[in-house]
Amino acid sequence: MQNRSVHPSEFPPLRELNRLERLLGPDNYRALRALVTTPTAILGLILLAIFAIVAIAAPVIAPPTNPRDPYRIPRDGFSPDPRPMGSEWKRNPPPLPFWWKFVMKREHWIHILGTASGQWDIFYGVIWGTRTAFRVGIAITMATLIIGVIVGSIAAYYGGIVDNILMRLVDIFLTLPFLMAALILATILVPRFGKSIYPAIIALIGFGWMGYARLIRGDILSIKEREYILAARAVGARDYRILFRHIVPNAIFPTLVVASMDIGSYVLSFAALAFLGIGVEIGYADWGQLLSFARNWISSLAEYWYIVVWPGLTLVLFVLAWNLVGDALRDALDPRMRTIKR
Amino acid sequence: MTTYIIRRLLLLPFLLFGVTVIIFGMLQFLSPVERSALYVREIPHTEGAVEGIIKRYGLDKPIYVQYWYWLVGRIDPVTGGRVGGILRGDLGYSRVGSQPVAKLIAQRFPATAELALWAVVPIIGVGIWLGVQSAVRHNRFFDQVARVFSIVGWSFPTFVFGLLVLMIFYARLRWFPPGRLSDWASAIVNSGQFHQYTHMYTIDALLNLRFDIFWDALKHLILPVMTLSYLNWALLLRVTRSSMLEVLGQDYVRTARAKGLPERLVINRHARPNALIPVVTLAGLMVAGLLGGVVITETVFNYPGIGSAAAQAAIQLDVVTVLGFALFNGTILILANLIVDILYAVIDPRVRLE
Repeated sequence: MQNRSVHPSEFPPLRELNRLERLLGPDNYRALRALVTTPTAILGLILLAIFAIVAIAAPVIAPPTNPRDPYRIPRDGFSPDPRPMGSEWKRNPPPLPFWWKFVMKREHWIHILGTASGQWDIFYGVIWGTRTAFRVGIAITMATLIIGVIVGSIAAYYGGIVDNILMRLVDIFLTLPFLMAALILATILVPRFGKSIYPAIIALIGFGWMGYARLIRGDILSIKEREYILAARAVGARDYRILFRHIVPNAIFPTLVVASMDIGSYVLSFAALAFLGIGVEIGYADWGQLLSFARNWISSLAEYWYIVVWPGLTLVLFVLAWNLVGDALRDALDPRMRTIKR
Repeated sequence: MTTYIIRRLLLLPFLLFGVTVIIFGMLQFLSPVERSALYVREIPHTEGAVEGIIKRYGLDKPIYVQYWYWLVGRIDPVTGGRVGGILRGDLGYSRVGSQPVAKLIAQRFPATAELALWAVVPIIGVGIWLGVQSAVRHNRFFDQVARVFSIVGWSFPTFVFGLLVLMIFYARLRWFPPGRLSDWASAIVNSGQFHQYTHMYTIDALLNLRFDIFWDALKHLILPVMTLSYLNWALLLRVTRSSMLEVLGQDYVRTARAKGLPERLVINRHARPNALIPVVTLAGLMVAGLLGGVVITETVFNYPGIGSAAAQAAIQLDVVTVLGFALFNGTILILANLIVDILYAVIDPRVRLE
């Protein structure tokens, strides 16, 4: 036994790893560093933090008239003509929030951002719409992620015919364009669930999971050949235990990152369906829904610009914030981009 | 090459089958009573009418039998003739359009095709140009501006952008109206003297030598084309840029530079053709997407194409019509995928050698 093999630990490390890097692993560390050093990502994070605060503090910023149904936008009469920003709230104003007198220096509610046609208060809709956006985005992302991970990991782990069938299923689901498919499913589900946010959410889940299935399948294919999986199999661990205790936790990170960054685009798709008038009932605090009111006033938008600009700006900033963060993360995690930067 | 194309063609019926299964599968969320509504044009007044419809259309049969009926049609027990069957081109009757769905699609398709025709050149030409320039000027001012432009465009919901351009160019400036034709123009187009060759008004107007109508139709197309362009540029720019950046880091590009080629030739001859390979897929699918109807853009601009018809049907819960449009859309996409894949094999030898 002369040729003694060199143990990896005898090589000097190429560079010192700091404690955080060792804790998170190099990939995760690089992602985290990109988040806090890229200016655009910082801007995105700040925007997201503001949105989160608004969503959490919604009842304080705009107290609901009916606390049991806060997502219903209060309306001031029924007139179809929008009213400008700062006009007085005449009928059934909601309770005044505590900050009102200090900030606004007056005793009555006004329509801070005006009213949309039908006298729905735009300010209230924008504030509570932030909550809807987070709820919808997070619900859709979690559900699609779970479905995608289950399908993808089963396909990759068992391989062969199972893999073939599941991946062809993915191909088929991908042939229908996303929004069109969601449109059909939502149309079919509306008679089932009534007018609410659920048909659109379920429809977007139904056609949103395929990307994650593909992504995690690729990562599992490389991980399942590692030695610790062989070791787990050798001690007699069952399939589902190996899969969900050993493989998935080690393969899930890239999928998790991509999925979390998709929250913005799901909110966008949901708003698009709401804008078309599918699902959400009229008067539900949702940005897409608020924007759809503008469709009755296309030729007068020069005068009623506030019915488009405020909800539109909010939606754009929300999606932009996610995309700014996502862009930086993707650059940091994409090995091809790394070689270019060198 | 031939084997590749044959293999790819063999996949075609399988994909089409899959799409019909998905679409039919979605119908199963509805109960037989609800599905019977898909077949009636009037409200049933008599007792047992609904049960009659369920029996007559076989809605209580096992699911694979129903699927077969839906696919190839069935013998009607009352009249004895063969009815329905999407393979026979019968997509059902559209409540919203008050005509068969297939006819509605045929009627709406020219408008969508016209929009796609006008949108495709600016989208693909400018999008690719932006991407290449931004990669060549990597991390310089042009690239930074393009990057911001792309990420903002990518975050802009179609309908918000559409409403904003309507606000500026229609409500304020009164330059470009929504819709497809002005009232006076549409009166002329639908009169006997105007010959509708293609039902695409810009082309028909030119063939009829009515330049006023051509201009009117074009004015209605500018805003939707603008909206589609901006949002698609964002995506095309991203993909072209990253693909071009990757290619620019390759050894053969360095070789080209090392042997003293001018930078213009390095980029135009050596780098760009290879960088555009992945872009072909995206561009092909974009065209297919345009042809299948752009639901939101058409709805915002009140443009009477496939997409806005699908949206209208969906709002009124006209499931039959929406399903018909989805089938049409899916078929176009599958065919476009096929063409793109074959094109891919033609331009990239690595694919066909696999």
